Amino acid sequence: MVRSLTILALALAISGCGSSAWNNPYPAREAGANVLYSAFTERPKHLDPVQSYSSNEIIFTAQIYEPPLQYHYLRRPYALIPLAAAKMPEAQYYDRKGRRLPADADPGAIAFTVYEIAIRPGVRYQPHPALARDRNGKFLYHQLGPRELARVFKLGDFPETGSRELVADDYVFQVKRLAHPRLHSPIFGLMADYIAGLKEYADTLKKAASALPKGGYLDLNRYPLEGVQAVDRYTYRIRIKGKYPQFMYWLAMPFFAPIPWEAERFYAQPGLAEKNINLDWYPVGTGPYLLSENDPNRVMVLTRNPNYHGETYPADGEPADARAGLLKDAGKPLPFIEQVVFSRDKESIPRWNKFLQGYYDASGIGSDTFDQAVQFSGQGEAAVSEAMKGRGIRLETAVALSTYYMGFNMLDPVVGGLSERARKLRQAISIAVDYEEYVSIFANGRGIPAQGPIAPGIFGYRDGKEGVNPVAYDWVDGKPRRKPIEAAKKLLAEAGYPDGIDAKTGAPLVLYFDATARSAEDKPALDWMRKQYQKLNIQLVVRATDYNRFQDKIRKGNAQIFEWGWHADYPDPENFLFLLHGPQRKVGNDGENAANYDNPEFNRLFERMKNMDNGPEREAIIDRMVAILREDAPWLWGFHPKDYALYHAWIGNVKPNKLSYNNLKYQRIDAALREERRRDWNQPLLWPALLGLAAFVASIVPAVIVYRRRERSAAK
Amino acid sequence: MLNYIIRRVLYAIPILIGVNLLTFVLFFVVNTPDDMARMQLGIKRVTPEAIAKWKAERGYDRPLLYSAQASGAAKVTDTIFFQKSVALFAFRFGRADDGRDIAHEITTRMGPSLAIAVPVFILGLFVYLNLALLMAFFRATYVDFWGVVTCVVLMSISSLFYIIGGQFLVSKLWHLVPISGYGGGIDTFKFLALPVVVGVVSAAGANARWYRTIFLEEIGKDYVRTARAKGLSEARVLFRHVLQNAMIPILTGVVVVIPLLFLGGLITESFFGIPGLGSYTIDAINSQDFAVVRSMVFLGSVLYIVGLILTDISYTLVDPRVRLE
Repeated sequence: MVRSLTILALALAISGCGSSAWNNPYPAREAGANVLYSAFTERPKHLDPVQSYSSNEIIFTAQIYEPPLQYHYLRRPYALIPLAAAKMPEAQYYDRKGRRLPADADPGAIAFTVYEIAIRPGVRYQPHPALARDRNGKFLYHQLGPRELARVFKLGDFPETGSRELVADDYVFQVKRLAHPRLHSPIFGLMADYIAGLKEYADTLKKAASALPKGGYLDLNRYPLEGVQAVDRYTYRIRIKGKYPQFMYWLAMPFFAPIPWEAERFYAQPGLAEKNINLDWYPVGTGPYLLSENDPNRVMVLTRNPNYHGETYPADGEPADARAGLLKDAGKPLPFIEQVVFSRDKESIPRWNKFLQGYYDASGIGSDTFDQAVQFSGQGEAAVSEAMKGRGIRLETAVALSTYYMGFNMLDPVVGGLSERARKLRQAISIAVDYEEYVSIFANGRGIPAQGPIAPGIFGYRDGKEGVNPVAYDWVDGKPRRKPIEAAKKLLAEAGYPDGIDAKTGAPLVLYFDATARSAEDKPALDWMRKQYQKLNIQLVVRATDYNRFQDKIRKGNAQIFEWGWHADYPDPENFLFLLHGPQRKVGNDGENAANYDNPEFNRLFERMKNMDNGPEREAIIDRMVAILREDAPWLWGFHPKDYALYHAWIGNVKPNKLSYNNLKYQRIDAALREERRRDWNQPLLWPALLGLAAFVASIVPAVIVYRRRERSAAK
Repeated sequence: MLNYIIRRVLYAIPILIGVNLLTFVLFFVVNTPDDMARMQLGIKRVTPEAIAKWKAERGYDRPLLYSAQASGAAKVTDTIFFQKSVALFAFRFGRADDGRDIAHEITTRMGPSLAIAVPVFILGLFVYLNLALLMAFFRATYVDFWGVVTCVVLMSISSLFYIIGGQFLVSKLWHLVPISGYGGGIDTFKFLALPVVVGVVSAAGANARWYRTIFLEEIGKDYVRTARAKGLSEARVLFRHVLQNAMIPILTGVVVVIPLLFLGGLITESFFGIPGLGSYTIDAINSQDFAVVRSMVFLGSVLYIVGLILTDISYTLVDPRVRLE
């Protein structure tokens, strides 16, 4: 036992020694390396771009896959630019007879829109066994037998890799995969409404798959898709039904990234899926990084793709970007960082402490560490605390393209409907629930009280006086001020509930709030909400439930008042306003309109607005739509959250971009500075442990003495 | 003994069916197959068609426990419960809801779980027995009194406190080992040192006190008095005679947990970033992955039964009077 303990102690000493600090969780060989260290909390479910939709997945897929377009890293408002595309595609409009229409054609006359996308020649895939060929050009690993499979446990066990040039057919192949019967693409339903022939294509594939033996390879190349075709080696064409300008934004998402048919053929071989070797687990892309280590239980490592085509750092941005030093690298080839290591840390405490020790380069801020990290100036400006400043840590903030709202079920007989009575009741509550206070108490000030559904930074969002919701706010001294509670009480009385009492029945007004309370930590927020309603003498009954039940209630229209949120897919007002579009209501239609709001005028304006290009006419329609919504108040508009993130001094070229996730290629690390700081911050402190050991020994000594004395006395 | 073991294994079958049924009922009281599909398919843009497809692919489109439409035995066999349970008894765990092979995950994650559980078990046993013997040796003295008080204090503190406190002191303030993480090779030691120490200390109170009680009961027996009368040293009396004779109650608590070491620790693995089976189970519960939850519960039950059988066998090894018939 003593020997074992000695070996253990020696091993500890050896592993702890070396140039790096004892508490360094990374291998000593990475000291001073050009590596970015980050954390992830949830293991990604899907890395196949046709299925992946969550933010914890896209942080990986966005670095590996290259859709045709991307968002400019620095420009605001958000702007699309080519990524794999050689230039921005232009929409070509056609009528029912196939005649070309001008760009300003009436959307009603447009039967089809064609996007012709030219991709850059010379782009190559990352090295991958699916693309490996022998001297005769035959694929090395497309006919795996039991002997080869017996030696394979992970993708890296294939000794040979290959690559090939990216071609337009790979993009066509991926669009076909949206309809693959064995895959679940979250956007298939939406895209089937727009991409010509996609719905029928899914039926064709379903029939073809059912004719195959179980697990048999379904070769999509054998089945052409009417609406998506390759024009030549580097050009493909997508035909959209009608006019759908938002389609361009979808082209910036990994759903439309290329997949080589060879990869699908390779992964479809029997025996690989059983070893978790599939496209959902091992991506193959053309992006700046490839997934070199995939252990989602512990660590995911992205390494620079040796075949990367060499995009350069942007040369323009906002005026402040140059002052912030964000244009110093203009024109330099990307990426700057060799490797990105994502370690799985599920708990916030270890994550935060590792950031403070310099083992993570960036960190979010939890509510329990907010006061330690951030302080507010007299003008309400957020800045890092003195302790953080002393470590060279800086704060970056950005308003997320999200909204958290409280919705009224418009089918409810008390709070719902478009009657004057119900409308005034909702308006009164809109005034009473003080979201400024909510943001201050429960979000540490990280949010902007919303004046409508559209988030800042989106076309149609209005700032200043003209952007204020006149139902709940007055414009006073150059800023919005919530109307006094008396105004709410007046509206409540007009609604037939003077002082919270139903004038007809004399019964107190009782409303029901369905919330997903997960723990005791949610109680203060729920109590706060009760108090807001209490201002109007309305009794709010909180019906806390789990998320499954909550969703069920919303789907069936059994909730009366509820809380929910939305994060935009793309920077277009349509992506917010559709949440209140009547035909997309939850009840009956299973859409995203959880409030089941259905105002004919709003619906008509939405149908007109959604296909328009941005311009004064569209803006005027949006203004009208927002005015209708404010008047009807189907939501309490809640707030738009602000994201706060901390960065160490050694990480550069950071500008929060709430829409694009392929930003790691722009960032830069000063590894020498990081090494120096880590050493300074993590000097081992041995004396407390030695003192503890000495105290333990000291406490044992009297016992040993007593033992010896007893033994001696026994001998006498 | 063989007959006994075979009988115990046969007894295990209805127990396992019962455990499986209970897990099934408890899980589906809280989650419906539709909820599971939504959880896997995401929150946004999930269509009823996608949900139906997901359920059909995984066999969740059948009735839960009884198929009224079916005829004959199919009324029972054409159900989610039957279809999902039968394979378990052949140790075919199938695929997790995200499509990954559960057996592969279990074999991969067993190593990290054992890497932390085995040292905690062995070191813990060594420490607890010695502490208990020490207190027994100094019974009715200040060492015994303060030892028991310390044990009660240690027992009263939540294991989470040991983890957070240990991370704060050893990793954050003293910078001696990483706060969390897991690595291969020699790096394993620096990642496991703190969780092992925390694991041992957090269970020290309850175990040392329990073993002390066992030893005190033994110390009062005639054979101990005889051993002392023969002039044996107290250490020899305790370690050679008392310890050996106290083995039956010790083994009852110890052997049964040996197979369960494979399953790891739920909280410890989460906080220390150990990619073991405990962490896997927690993830599955959070993501409503019934395939993984039932596999882990089934595996836990099997291992527990194995532990009980091993305990019985171990009795025969330490006490020749015990016969398994």
